[in-house]
Amino acid sequence: MLLRLAPALTLLVLGAPIVLGLAWTLLPAFGYFPAIGGTGLTLEPWRVLFASPGFNRALLLTLTTGIGTAVLALLAATSFCAMTAHHPSVLRLRSALPPLLASPPSAMALGFAFVIMPSGWLVRLVSPWATGLDRPPIGLVTVQDPLGLSLIGGLLLKEVPYLVLVIFAASGQVPVERTLAAARALGQRPATAWLKAVFPQVYPQIRLPVFAVLAFSLSVVDVALILAPGNPPPLAVLATRWFSNYDLSLYYPAAAAASLQLVLVIFGVIAWLAMERTATVLGHRWIERGGRSRIAQGFTVIAGSTTIALGALGIVALGSMALWSVAGAWRFPDALPETWQLSMWRTQANPIGGAAEATAVIGLASVAVAAVLTLACLENEQRHGIRPGLTALWLLYLPLLVPQIAFLFGVQVALIRLGLDGTLFAVAWAHLVFVLPYVFLTLADPFRTLDPRYAVSAAALGAGKWRVFFAVKLPLLTRPFLVACAVGFAVSVGQYLPTLFAGAGRIATLTTEAVTLSSGGDRRILGIYAVLQTALPLLGYGLALWLPRLLFRRFRGLA
Amino acid sequence: MFQFTSALAGMGLMLTVLYPAAAEETRSWDEISVAARGQTVYFNAWAGDPQTNAFIAWVGDLASKRHGVTVEHAKLKDTAEAVTRVVAEKAAGRNSGGSVDLIWVNGPNFLSMKNQGLLFGPFAEKLPNWRYVDTEKKPSNLVDFTVPVEGNAVPWRMAQVVFLYDEAHTPPSTIPKSVPALLGWAKANPGRLTHPTVRDFLGATFLKQALYELTPDHGVLQSPATDDNFTKATAPLWTWYDALRPHLWRAGREFPATGTAQIQLLNDGEISLAISFNPADAAVSIKKGTLPESARVYVLDKGTIGNTSFVAIPYNAANKEAAMVVANLLLEPEVQAQAQDPKWIGSFTVLDFEKLSPEQRKLFDRPADAVGLPTNAELGTSLPEPHPSWMIRIVDEWERRYSN
Repeated sequence: MLLRLAPALTLLVLGAPIVLGLAWTLLPAFGYFPAIGGTGLTLEPWRVLFASPGFNRALLLTLTTGIGTAVLALLAATSFCAMTAHHPSVLRLRSALPPLLASPPSAMALGFAFVIMPSGWLVRLVSPWATGLDRPPIGLVTVQDPLGLSLIGGLLLKEVPYLVLVIFAASGQVPVERTLAAARALGQRPATAWLKAVFPQVYPQIRLPVFAVLAFSLSVVDVALILAPGNPPPLAVLATRWFSNYDLSLYYPAAAAASLQLVLVIFGVIAWLAMERTATVLGHRWIERGGRSRIAQGFTVIAGSTTIALGALGIVALGSMALWSVAGAWRFPDALPETWQLSMWRTQANPIGGAAEATAVIGLASVAVAAVLTLACLENEQRHGIRPGLTALWLLYLPLLVPQIAFLFGVQVALIRLGLDGTLFAVAWAHLVFVLPYVFLTLADPFRTLDPRYAVSAAALGAGKWRVFFAVKLPLLTRPFLVACAVGFAVSVGQYLPTLFAGAGRIATLTTEAVTLSSGGDRRILGIYAVLQTALPLLGYGLALWLPRLLFRRFRGLA
Repeated sequence: MFQFTSALAGMGLMLTVLYPAAAEETRSWDEISVAARGQTVYFNAWAGDPQTNAFIAWVGDLASKRHGVTVEHAKLKDTAEAVTRVVAEKAAGRNSGGSVDLIWVNGPNFLSMKNQGLLFGPFAEKLPNWRYVDTEKKPSNLVDFTVPVEGNAVPWRMAQVVFLYDEAHTPPSTIPKSVPALLGWAKANPGRLTHPTVRDFLGATFLKQALYELTPDHGVLQSPATDDNFTKATAPLWTWYDALRPHLWRAGREFPATGTAQIQLLNDGEISLAISFNPADAAVSIKKGTLPESARVYVLDKGTIGNTSFVAIPYNAANKEAAMVVANLLLEPEVQAQAQDPKWIGSFTVLDFEKLSPEQRKLFDRPADAVGLPTNAELGTSLPEPHPSWMIRIVDEWERRYSN
């Protein structure tokens, strides 16, 4: 009975803030915002937006970096999985995944920027002995380049590990070994065997996460602030700039930009679907033609190796931030800090303690609720044979599609009306809005594609519906379930704006501390928080990847 | 290290929406301080700097010991966060019991709040420590960007434009001490000069500073900019900037997002000169370890722009009495002296030494080990901020010329 209410409850929990948030985005986009004097409807905000200097280039930059990142991330993740499917030794690289997944995107971006900038680690490592430089080179453009290449790079560092993780999780629902053995028996090379036989089965399961990557790349703000060009910046940065301006009249074009952002994401998904269709036709032709596909094998191996190098770069970026946290003076061209200190850790100990606790409590609470709601919805859908409509799917997606800053003002107004602002409950709810989609997206496809014969067999043996759920489905889904929880927890840990808006600035988490301190620009402090912000979700990912092995030592297929 | 928001375009629109000012404070100070006891002040202040955070925590301890007032630092990345929170509360109809009690503001954020009727006051002259405030030699304590404060905010720290450099890389004899000299220096040292993006307050100040020296008659800057006087007054600025830009860091195509990002570039050695709004920036940064021991500041020969940071109380603050007690505490000579110590935040005082007793004055003696701290004589008299309309137009014009 309760189960039947699950979808309604989920929609309420998610829908109420979304509807409010959207209303407060769309109305000001058309000039309606009584709090600052806007009472009529007008197209003026759009005129201001379109006429703003550099708008066309900002739009182009958003589309190229957003779609480019998603395409490259999928290519990289796929080729990595294809390449490693046959090499158990390379599979050990999987252990590099958790830190890459766990680190907040902005911390990764800061580390990445430090590694590649003209005065950064790479140049320091070869200076002055190889380059002859005792000052950083002039005219070398490695970060904030006009084409947004460093932005794409920084995003890939986070997105590729996420997609690899999702592919691993989805592979659990596919008879990978048998399929590969069959493909190999037909004479396929290792990587192309995976591409031709396994990937088509995996892709439908990871499609939603791919859309999440696309939406994130199109609307990312924090990473873009560090790595994207600023003159003009991508659209989401432009909107954020206006939203957070003391000049309240800029709220209108900001809302218009946020609405346009939503349109872009929808356009992006449609464009993706079109590309998908073409790719499917070409892919079918390629697979049906047979052949050894020597070129594809070579290409996959090169792309896969590049992906491994990218992962290594990510680890180096995180390492550089860790190093900064204990560095004293570290100036060009020193390859390592000249002096060391631990005093930053000591002076930050106080704020860190409280913030870490709040972060964990909020994360666990929002993940727990998200996990229960997700499982309840999915189980309900299966028991009653419902196929979720497109509307529900889009609604689930909206929190990931609308730029947070646009969406949260309405939420804040609502929370104040309810007298809930500044409470842990409000913050956990605000996090839930962003955690739930990720948990749902990560878990939905593995759940739906779980072989129904397991449940049928159990039922035939006399097990009730709940027993089937707890004793059969849940154990079979342990790995994707824990992965989904870990993803959700990491999403919660990384939330800045929802914490700020719902918490009325009174609830400090590791991320709010990190972001406020980041405006002071001291890399040593940023390093401390990068380490901490990575450590907490890392625990989650570590558990998600290792717990199944521990629990199901006797059941090889589950571990 | 001062917190200012980014873009500046279009403030004129905002200025047209005028709301009636909130009620004046009429109670006696005794009544106010009795009512304040037991209250908690949510002090919304930019929190990008651990030193400032530690200072606010120290003020909190003092407030609790002396006045029974608890101070909670609501840490902001950007002052506009607190401004929009007050707007959100107003939108939700919460006209009392608001979540922001005290807010560190100045310039555009202050004006925005004042013009939207979001401020409580006037109350500043009600504070017992108001008598120490320098209202003559530091006119920016009373007039923020040519706009009268009218008791709606309390000054607490001074800011003045200085340029930072590293003595070890740049000999003091070679530093450019005028705006035209900056151009010559940039040509001789390509890629080693930049300024924060013009959307950042400090970046806009870089241009205002240049305008002051280049414009034929800088008296015009004290009245609102018009289509007519703007074109004429800024023509030499754009000629100068067109010549300068190709020689800037990243060929003038990218700019650091904030003043602190710019200082990091100085520390990384990518640039050699950086603008700052804190005269003690070299001293404080050396103490913090974010600049080498050889960092120094200097001002231009013809003087540099200065202004004042304020604290203000939103119209719907839940704990106005305690907020006033904290504002008063910030003006306490010993607190001002602590703030001026480069080990803390190194901000120059808003008080008038002539109004202090000899013992109080002694508190402000500069620490013997202060490296890189300029004297008042070295700083000279600061130039007044132009009318806000100049900054708005300069930023718009810059966007129009260079953002495509």
